[in-house]
Amino acid sequence: MPVEPMVVLDGVHKRYGDTAVLSGLDLRVERGEHVTLIGPSGSGKTTILRLLMGLEAVDAGTIHVGGRCLTHMRRRGAVVPADEKHARAVRRTIGMVFQQFNLFPNMTVLGNLIEAPVRVLGMSEAEATRRAAELLELVGLTDKTHERPTRLSGGQQQRVAIARALAMRPEVLLLDEVTSALDPELVAGVLRLLRLIGESSDITILCVTHEIGFARDFADRVLMFDGGSIVEDGPPERLLVEPRVPRTKEFLAAVLEGR
Amino acid sequence: MLDNLPLILSSLAAGVPPTVFAAVGGIALTIALSAVAGLALLSRHRAVRAVSRVYVEFFRGTSEVVQLFWIFFVLPALVGYQIVPLAAGIVVLGLNHGAYGAEIVRGAVRSVPRAQYDACTALSLSPWDRMRRVVLPQAVVEMLPSFTNLFIQLLKSTALLSLVVVDEIVRRGQLLVPNLGVGEKLTIYLVELLLYLGLAVLVTSGMRLLERRAAARVGRPPTAARSGFATGVAM
Ligand SMILES: Nc1ncnc2c1ncn2[C@@H]1O[C@H](COP(=O)(O)OP(=O)(O)O)[C@@H](O)[C@H]1O
Ligand SMILES: [Mg+2]
Repeated sequence: MPVEPMVVLDGVHKRYGDTAVLSGLDLRVERGEHVTLIGPSGSGKTTILRLLMGLEAVDAGTIHVGGRCLTHMRRRGAVVPADEKHARAVRRTIGMVFQQFNLFPNMTVLGNLIEAPVRVLGMSEAEATRRAAELLELVGLTDKTHERPTRLSGGQQQRVAIARALAMRPEVLLLDEVTSALDPELVAGVLRLLRLIGESSDITILCVTHEIGFARDFADRVLMFDGGSIVEDGPPERLLVEPRVPRTKEFLAAVLEGR
Repeated sequence: MLDNLPLILSSLAAGVPPTVFAAVGGIALTIALSAVAGLALLSRHRAVRAVSRVYVEFFRGTSEVVQLFWIFFVLPALVGYQIVPLAAGIVVLGLNHGAYGAEIVRGAVRSVPRAQYDACTALSLSPWDRMRRVVLPQAVVEMLPSFTNLFIQLLKSTALLSLVVVDEIVRRGQLLVPNLGVGEKLTIYLVELLLYLGLAVLVTSGMRLLERRAAARVGRPPTAARSGFATGVAM
């Protein structure tokens, strides 16, 4: 039985000023699939996640998430670019965690976790708080419930950010180099949490990372990016071990050497 | 010379309530106008931005004294209704400082990092919730120190109200001056300086308290601590 893919990019073009970042990118990600995006800096990995999150608009092409079009909508029979309201409705099924955490400094950890469920999903404060407590237990920060985010370590902040994204019960989770801003000794804890989430949920995950070891056991599929296109696509145990494309080989060698 | 000291003191002290009243009224109006005009400067709608821009440029670009004369002398002739001097003063102080305050609000809102907007989008918060729950609470921390300066300037500008016969500190002094000698004039002006200084210190301390509280709410050491007076808040 054919199941509709969770994420579909069709001929997506994106440029910033004179820089063409994506020129006709096609990509499909199946429901529940864990896809890891690797590739050199500037190859367009963040751009793809930002387009999916609706933080940037495509110049051409379409994006579907969960069968619904994120980039366009129908108005009086015609297909037109999505307006803010349409985009917001589709975005509700997508969550994102950023490299720099982006927690709200004016709220406590708990406040960060219940804000969107209460305001956006219309959850009662009691229910959202109960759910937040579960998530804080999952990420191991129950004792920080009433702390300000600025008083937490980077690793703790990132775990709160992950919990905050999960609080919205996303069907798709986008992770953009979530361990890159962390001190080395804090990376393992965050990766362990991501593995746990990957194993215990059916969320579709797109994850940009330079942690090759993590990509190997977390991903179902690895995409190697260069210059805005996918130059290699395959299962981690093959692509990361015996890359077929020279560019992938060079990249992996450079990353492994840098550690 | 010291014989007249009690008279000088009691006379100038009687000017303090009108001065305080004008300052407090002016500050209240400044806050309201700064918020409205400042947010209007950031509106998506061009017309809204334009109206606010005209307001800001007009009141920043014209003399407070002339504005005061307009409201007090010209406007009544046009509309046939004499506005109470103190009210006219409060209106001019508020309109003027609101124009400066609008720029402070605009700058502070724009200083909230783009990443905070991204986080709001990723959580599907509406633009209204984003402004009210995330952006403004952070912007307020940024704007408070500038508002402290603005309020002190406003306090000192209340002296202009002596021109439209509000019996505030300066006018009380002017009423005494003709009958007194040089030494006593010196005393009058010295007391006036000290009165304004005292009031300014009150404004500053009140604002410092607010600044500290607001900074704590976003988990940041207050401005003073950032420039060296440590408070032990870990970043
Ligand atoms: N907001 C922006 N304005 C201009 N150029 C941008 C912007 N964001 C990204 N770029 C450019 O787009 C290209 C791809 O960036 P990005 O998607 O961040 O790559 P990656 O995440 O793979 O490092 C880079 O050349 C980068 O300089
Ligand atoms: Mg990137």
